[in-house]
Amino acid sequence: MFKKIASLAIAVLMLLTALTVFASCSGDGAAGIKIGCIMVGDETEGYTLAHMNGIKEAAKALGISESQIIWKYKIEENSDCYDAATELVGRGCQLIISNSYGHQDFMVQAAKENPNVTFVSMTGDFASISGVSNLKNGFTKVFESRYVSGVVGGLKLKELIENGTVSPSATPNAYDADGNVKIGYVGAFNYAEVVSGYTAFFLGLRSIVPNVTMEVNYTSSWFDIAKEAAAAEALVANGCVIIGQHADSTGAPSACERMLGEGKVCYSVGYNVDMLEAAPTAALTSPTNTWSEFYKELFQNVMDGKDQPYDVAKGYNENGVAITKLGPSCAAGTAEKVAEVEAALKAGTLHVFDTSTFTVTQPQNTCEVTTDAAGHLTSCKVNMSYMDWSTMTPIYEGETVECIKDGYFDESTVRSAPYFSVRIDGIIEK
Amino acid sequence: MTAPEVRKTHAEPLFRIARRNAVSVKTKIVTRAAAILLALVIDAFFIVLVTKLNPFAVYARIFAASFSAPMLFMQLLRDLTSLLCIGVALAPAFRMRFWNIGAEGQVLMGGFATAMCMIFLGDRIPTSALFLVMIVTSILAGAVWGFIPAFFKANWNTNETLFTLMMNYVAIQIVAYAVNIMRGERASVGSINKAGWFPNIFGYNFTLNIFIVAALTVAMYIYLKYTKHGYEIAVVGESERTAKYAGINVKKVTIRTMLISGALCGLCGLILVAGDKHTIATNTAGGNGFTAIIVAWLAKFNTIYMTLISFLLVFLEKGAREIASTYGLNEYIAGIISGIILFFILGSEFFLQYRLIFRHRAEHAEKGGADK
Repeated sequence: MFKKIASLAIAVLMLLTALTVFASCSGDGAAGIKIGCIMVGDETEGYTLAHMNGIKEAAKALGISESQIIWKYKIEENSDCYDAATELVGRGCQLIISNSYGHQDFMVQAAKENPNVTFVSMTGDFASISGVSNLKNGFTKVFESRYVSGVVGGLKLKELIENGTVSPSATPNAYDADGNVKIGYVGAFNYAEVVSGYTAFFLGLRSIVPNVTMEVNYTSSWFDIAKEAAAAEALVANGCVIIGQHADSTGAPSACERMLGEGKVCYSVGYNVDMLEAAPTAALTSPTNTWSEFYKELFQNVMDGKDQPYDVAKGYNENGVAITKLGPSCAAGTAEKVAEVEAALKAGTLHVFDTSTFTVTQPQNTCEVTTDAAGHLTSCKVNMSYMDWSTMTPIYEGETVECIKDGYFDESTVRSAPYFSVRIDGIIEK
Repeated sequence: MTAPEVRKTHAEPLFRIARRNAVSVKTKIVTRAAAILLALVIDAFFIVLVTKLNPFAVYARIFAASFSAPMLFMQLLRDLTSLLCIGVALAPAFRMRFWNIGAEGQVLMGGFATAMCMIFLGDRIPTSALFLVMIVTSILAGAVWGFIPAFFKANWNTNETLFTLMMNYVAIQIVAYAVNIMRGERASVGSINKAGWFPNIFGYNFTLNIFIVAALTVAMYIYLKYTKHGYEIAVVGESERTAKYAGINVKKVTIRTMLISGALCGLCGLILVAGDKHTIATNTAGGNGFTAIIVAWLAKFNTIYMTLISFLLVFLEKGAREIASTYGLNEYIAGIISGIILFFILGSEFFLQYRLIFRHRAEHAEKGGADK
């Protein structure tokens, strides 16, 4: 027995020594900044691809070579993220970026232990209240481009209603008891980031077609092709005509394309990337994040030794968001209307969460609201604390902020991550 | 009547497989080294042909993934112990020929119990009391998950493979359900508050895990090899009838052994949650409950030998992930590269236990007499 162990041990040792000889050949060598990137997916997943492109573009613009960036792909939102972060610190990174919300819990742990390294938890929400000065957050004002994508969906729906494809007689299933046309939304999780996004999409769509109602199906995952497809199928089976999404796969657009081919009436508004390849007829457009501007600023700050702000969120005005190329199925005149809405958003004459455009009558669990007689919000106080929901105690105490300003809900200014989590009338969560 | 000339029909196969007798240490080392070398050569061809990379650089990265920094080596030890611990927990059950496929669920239940204590008792009771409760509940949770299939097996001879397997899914669903409630408006339960974390020793949160598993490994080795219980387990495993004839209470041994196996799995859950991951999710056990079955089998339930197998698996897995990340390789390609090494090392074990007797050599052997 011991001989067996001894011989195996020696054999393993030989393998190791053989490798040690070659280990000396490797090494990164490049001088200057070193950036570690913890990605929840890889280039096959739209959301991560957008980050990768943003990081690469920013690095190129600033003369940072590829060898100065260390990538960690498919890092789950658990202690794997902490492991990856500590490893990147060990490999000399001065800046470590993670790109998914759930990474934040583990980034803060690494940030506390490595005060000289800057940690940026993208889409995270508690950097400014955590008391950890080397932890930062960043986001885009993607609710703006979601609103615009909603407008695109609305124009399509309007066309379908006008040409009779969608009507109480042709598609009775597409109408609810009150005569509203049903649209659907495939959401990942039930928190503010998603609520803010689908509400923006819904309001954009309703600005074109006033009588709509939206059903939201959650998948409890950011990337699950099968679940997203199943959610889209369920929504379409229930009569939904336009399917939006806040999940990262092509599951929903592909399902729409297939069902459209089978004679159902359903069109898809994607997310992150152009979905035309997965759904050439069904895909209308996708709201996207353009991260390069954010990363350029971040890299520059770290290289200059300047302090990166806790929260940065870029919208249409700073080229932080956009929608992808309009698909061939889009209604006539869509491009013009899109340009008009985008200009109004940039000019500040249009606000996505304009309180006059929606009503709130159901009780709210996540914020304190008051409304006028018509049901429009007059006040919405959001507690910015980061909560442990199992014991209902705050992990990081934040202020309670009044978010209604000049007749609109002021999203992504108090912090970069969305905090609009008001459940408005006309949207049903499943 | 003369005997017809024997015509070789060659109906016998090209080669036969026969068990080897004792093999010298030297042969073992040479065989294994040759296997590793051969694996590296084949891998080199694969790497050059498929990925167009320099194979030496790839090997260097595989090695660097575990040995280029003390922290990486410690992480290797940590992951090794997470896997080994479950292998050790499975050893008595498998030794008894009780196919406990349920380690994943038993570990998960142990981890779940630990997490619940940390979340709901964390800031209410003193740390020492908290640890005590964590230890007791996690062991109990794992033991219960092991006991249920053993009880049914002992009394009604249910199929333990299916039973333990299905208990995994029950455990996963329980955790999924609880996590979905507890996460509230977050993506996961997140990092559980510090109360209940194992102390930081030598700069690592998981140092205690390594000591615990090392002690367990030795203890289990002794338990199986030198105690009455261990002997009973072996006898029941070899033949239940023999065991009965020898006056061993098979029912009692079955249940007792599975209680131990499950309890240790529960303990694995404890060290996983309190000493490493500090969170709970359906994938907390991470498939190690199944990988550990391979570890236990390859080591033939010898816990010391399991350490080496665990090392090999963890080392190669880390290497595969590293090269996938460094070179932007598809994970499957990285898996193939490390898989080839594993394949050859395991293959060499076969050749150390068996030898191939080829047709011609066999004829020769028949004529020439004994094979050396």
